[in-house]
Amino acid sequence: MFRWLDERLGLAGWARTGLRKVFPDHWSFLFGEVTLFCLVVLVLTGVFLTLFYVPDSTPVVYDGVYLPLHGQTVSAAYASTLDISFEVRAGLVMRQVHHWAALVFVAAIVVHQLRVFFTGAYRRPREINWLVGIGLLVFALAMGITGYSLPDDLLSGTGLRIIHSVIISIPFLGPWIGSLLFGGEFPGHAIISRLFVFHIMLLPALLIGLVGVHLAILWRQKHTQWRGARETESNVVGKAFWPTQVFKSTGLMMLTAAVLALMGGLIQINPVWIYGPFDPTRVSAPAQPDWYVGWLDGALRLFPPIEFTLFGITIPSPFIPGVLLPGLAFGIMTLWPFIESRVTGDNREHHLLDRPRDAPLRTAIGVAALSVFVILTLSAGNDVAAVILNVPLEATTNLLRLAVLVVPIAVGVLTYRVCVELTRREAAAPGGTRPVAVRLRRTADGGFEEVD
Amino acid sequence: MRRLAAALAGLLVVGGVAVALSLEPARADSHDLEPGSIERGARLYQAGCATCHGDSGEGVDGWPPIVNAGEASADFQLRTGRMPYAQERGQQAQRKPPAYGEQEIRDLVAFVASLGDGPAIPEVTLDPALLSPGQRLFASNCAPCHGASGNGGALGGGAIAWPLTDAPPLIVAEAMITGPGQMPIFDWPQEDLNATVTYVEYLRSAPSPGGFSIGGIGPVPEGLVAWFVGMAALAAVVYLVGREWDRTGDGG
Ligand code: HEC
Ligand code: HEC
Repeated sequence: MFRWLDERLGLAGWARTGLRKVFPDHWSFLFGEVTLFCLVVLVLTGVFLTLFYVPDSTPVVYDGVYLPLHGQTVSAAYASTLDISFEVRAGLVMRQVHHWAALVFVAAIVVHQLRVFFTGAYRRPREINWLVGIGLLVFALAMGITGYSLPDDLLSGTGLRIIHSVIISIPFLGPWIGSLLFGGEFPGHAIISRLFVFHIMLLPALLIGLVGVHLAILWRQKHTQWRGARETESNVVGKAFWPTQVFKSTGLMMLTAAVLALMGGLIQINPVWIYGPFDPTRVSAPAQPDWYVGWLDGALRLFPPIEFTLFGITIPSPFIPGVLLPGLAFGIMTLWPFIESRVTGDNREHHLLDRPRDAPLRTAIGVAALSVFVILTLSAGNDVAAVILNVPLEATTNLLRLAVLVVPIAVGVLTYRVCVELTRREAAAPGGTRPVAVRLRRTADGGFEEVD
Repeated sequence: MRRLAAALAGLLVVGGVAVALSLEPARADSHDLEPGSIERGARLYQAGCATCHGDSGEGVDGWPPIVNAGEASADFQLRTGRMPYAQERGQQAQRKPPAYGEQEIRDLVAFVASLGDGPAIPEVTLDPALLSPGQRLFASNCAPCHGASGNGGALGGGAIAWPLTDAPPLIVAEAMITGPGQMPIFDWPQEDLNATVTYVEYLRSAPSPGGFSIGGIGPVPEGLVAWFVGMAALAAVVYLVGREWDRTGDGG
């Protein structure tokens, strides 16, 4: 059979090199794979859910088995979510695995991206894959946000209302984009079916297409690797794709699926029946978005509610924390490889990774940015924290406002110090200098110069 | 087969209410005055309450009067440990374990009720048929402050709409008709009162499907679990899978 295929497609040569592709041996390279396997679980459970979900905001009378909502008028989308949860066989566990997988998926992306960032793996020649990675993050977030809104429960409706208010805060274009997207005034008649199309067709196609590009570029450029006894800038040391990496990855896929299945089976997530159907006249408190949007919600909560006029245009208060801040954050993140090479003047190819301490300034900036992200994310839970800690809401908010200004500077400076100190001790320790391969070239006038 | 599963799920849901209904505390006779109760209550009141509320409930020194607080309010305040008040003036009364025993509470309540003309302890009946109207009333009137799952919420001005997890049916009804602290008064028809109280009791005691509940308050605990259970487990998996092969170390 293989011969038959080979004679027609000529795949043998391609497969032979493919199977021999070398994967580096360090565990930190596997987070990207975990992300991929989360995506596999998401697609499988997602397909199951689409079989039963009804993307329609038309009101229907709920007559299912959940008594506290029996006889109430709810949207068809919400009713079908209740049916999936209570009546479709294995529906609830599928919903829960899907939701947990989504939360963990984005977490795995972030961990993978942190690995890439703090080791400088994005440096030339891998800037393109950094950009593709940012695209993947954006699409993953968009998947999460659209999916969060589909059940049409009170919590997700409150989330949509916040998204709507952020969108219409954009000067000039906002109101227009808002009514185009929502099909009129909030809540609009069309938003659920549109979100559904985004969530199951447009975004997955883009996401999976980009994953293909991401992997193809990786395959072509080969992995980075840690500096070691045999690893140099010009080789790749590790295990072949077949058999070692195939078994490793298969095992990893099984274990990832197992962890997600356990979570979906054992831990309740998003009990939409408790939140009740969306109703524009009601609000739910506490109301939070899923964790990966928390930093934006937190920024909205911390930013003082001020409106000002600039060149005759009124800037509504959600604009700065809701539009400008994420725009700036993603802008800097996207351009980072280029900013760094411009600042350091280092435009050489790098296939060996930095340890975080080897680039103290980058590490310090990364840790500081991460601390802003963490504090803003925590701020999204300021009301929950107030209840649990039994302190006034205003006190937590003011404390977090202070923290978001002070903590990043403090941890940045501290990180820088620690990196420098670690490097210094390493150099001072007897025999502790790490092997650095330096190639020298004899110059015409008899001296030596370094080449890389 | 699907029918059967549905029926089973329905039974479970109804079963939850049945369990809840049997949990109703037997305090029905608190209306009947026991002989000597008011006198005993007066002595307790003199010792523990009069410094603030005055000898006959008129309120001294700027502390609030309770002449017309009534049986329901006194019962609520004492059983939830809010009275005697023990904070700085102006702060929200804290929920604490009750400072008095069952008999003492009855006596104090009888005395406060005798001071003036306030609402009596209400009667409530839990009725599974009222679950759906109860859900609707709760979602519109209580969830904005107490949260959809009744797990509490923060209001402005430092006040907290307490979680309803420790509030048995009578406490819920008393809170509704007396409006403690910043909570408004909900002086509703008996049927609506019953419905709301039934639903709160359902939230408290019915089993919620989906596995181990992490609060039912949405993304805050969910995000924490995603990171510190899910991502942590996967990091361990990654480390074990990745590290295992380091040891064989034969190179590629
Ligand atoms: C340190 C002062 C203080 C003491 C002692 C005190 N209270 Fe109070 N009481 C207050 C304050 C302040 C409030 C208002 C609380 C609020 O706004 O939540 C209050 C409210 C009440 C209310 C509700 C009033 C209403 O309008 O519904 C009742 C009933 C009550 N107290 C009874 C008592 C009883 C009975 C005792 C003795 C066991 C007691 N209090 C002891 C300060 C006190
Ligand atoms: C405006 C916000 C608000 C609304 C609306 C509200 N509550 Fe409250 N509720 C509070 C606050 C604040 C407290 C704490 C009172 C205090 O300071 O003593 C409270 C306390 C309670 C308590 C006492 C809890 C305990 O265990 O001590 C119950 C029960 C209660 N509320 C039930 C309800 C119900 C039922 C509704 C709907 C009919 C409702 N509340 C609507 C704000 C609210």
